[in-house]
Amino acid sequence: MYSEKVMDHFQNPRNVGEIADASGVGTVGNAKCGDIMRIYLDIDDNQVIRDVKFKTFGCGAAVATSSMATELVKGRTVEEAMQITNQAVMEALDGLPPVKVHCSLLAEEAIHAALWDYAQKNNITIAGLEKPKSDIHEGVEEEEDEY
Amino acid sequence: MKSYIYLDNAATTKTAQEVVDAMLPYFTEYYGNPSSIYSLGAKSKEAVTDAREVIARSLGAQTNEIYFTAGGSEADNWALKAAAEAYREKGRHIITSCIEHHAVLHTCDYLEKNGFAVTRVGVDENGIVKLDELEKAIREDTILISIMFANNEIGTIQPIREIGEIASRRGILFHTDAVQAYGQLPIDVDAYHIDMLSASGHKLNGPKGVGFLYIRKGVRIRSFVHGGQQERARRAGTENVTGIVGMGAAAGRAMRIMAEKAQRETALRDYLIGRIESEVPYCRLNGHREKRLPNNVNFSFRFVEGESLLIMLDGKGICASSGSACTSGSLDPSHVLLAIGLPHETAHGSLRLTLGGETTKEELDAVVEAVKEIVEKLRAMSPLYEDFVKTGSRG
Repeated sequence: MYSEKVMDHFQNPRNVGEIADASGVGTVGNAKCGDIMRIYLDIDDNQVIRDVKFKTFGCGAAVATSSMATELVKGRTVEEAMQITNQAVMEALDGLPPVKVHCSLLAEEAIHAALWDYAQKNNITIAGLEKPKSDIHEGVEEEEDEY
Repeated sequence: MKSYIYLDNAATTKTAQEVVDAMLPYFTEYYGNPSSIYSLGAKSKEAVTDAREVIARSLGAQTNEIYFTAGGSEADNWALKAAAEAYREKGRHIITSCIEHHAVLHTCDYLEKNGFAVTRVGVDENGIVKLDELEKAIREDTILISIMFANNEIGTIQPIREIGEIASRRGILFHTDAVQAYGQLPIDVDAYHIDMLSASGHKLNGPKGVGFLYIRKGVRIRSFVHGGQQERARRAGTENVTGIVGMGAAAGRAMRIMAEKAQRETALRDYLIGRIESEVPYCRLNGHREKRLPNNVNFSFRFVEGESLLIMLDGKGICASSGSACTSGSLDPSHVLLAIGLPHETAHGSLRLTLGGETTKEELDAVVEAVKEIVEKLRAMSPLYEDFVKTGSRG
């Protein structure tokens, strides 16, 4: 079902963990659907991503895409990280089964959410970055409270 | 020593050697068509008759009440569709439960689109059908009640005798999907007031692709397949002789060893449940503790997702299953786990381990160690667990 690369990143995920005092943290997904991704970014003054960590609740594809996404953004500038799409994550993993494509979307969203948090904290604007959807908490009421 | 530990006997079982031995001559030696006149054909016919007798005896039924099918799903489809068609002038209401196998639930959906009304009765937190709700659901035009004997995911055994009594008292047909129960639990169609019963060969160490539908004499049921006189002209087509021989051999074997096997597996089951409960934190046993199939263990582990758990278990040579969405191909986790009241994220983290005749205590010990290690590893990378630890209790 999964490619060798997916299995490798699932069984030996890179960059699992947390970063204390991270420059940006983003959490996306929904426990209801069975996928939650959290990405921590450590970004230096030159907007280079020095370190990245993740935590994921989800299937094999969700863990593997998180792991690959962290590999792809590590050492890159914020601008470069913005160019990394779900397609790139998927290709780097030698593809995903069709039902798992949404997992790769989640990885892209998680990076964007962490970058958004970084931008908010530092009062800067990142070209092309939009406010992430916050649907980690179940229930319509909580979502509506955000608006 | 085999290289894997097989704990998915609710999915399918290893065909027993004595079943294979019984089947083999019917491939190359006695390959005649049971409908043929010569003795080679008669030999096949005899084998089919013998299998039918064994099965009829196992249920307290008559031989002419057993109809061979290609498996449990076909038997469920046939029972529901044919009964609906045969009794549609009497009424168009069907009652089932919300934890049935999809072979029943999706057939009910189909019937709903074709002019029938369906009530899906709820279950309690252990997965037992609410009898008061079932009685209240009965209408003047109710023609059929279909409730499974035991659930395939959480192993809960339903109060079949009580349901049969209700149906019988109200003059309603009663069908039970006994795919998981047949061969594991004693069943008497008269004592339980069962009018129709579905079963499958490969769940009881028989071959795949064969099952049967019991239809009580007098129940008006239309033919499922037209075209020949086989199965009293109700399911035409040359009989799956080897499969039927295997089904019969498996049924005979299951009845012979049932008491001993159930006792052994119940002890192993409770041992496994006990170890997991005491050694893996934040777990929950799904299904009823006692009213439970002897071979079924089903746990939810909070903060972890089922597919990840299964892949990691597979990496250690352990075959199991889960009710997580990712293993079902949809976004929703198991309808059974949701019906017993599990929140979505807990339902996603379920693990079903179903024992078999060859399961050993040593294997279960190895599984407990693997589950402990994997759950810990997955929790270490779970943002839900991180939040739970940081906030203290919620999650």
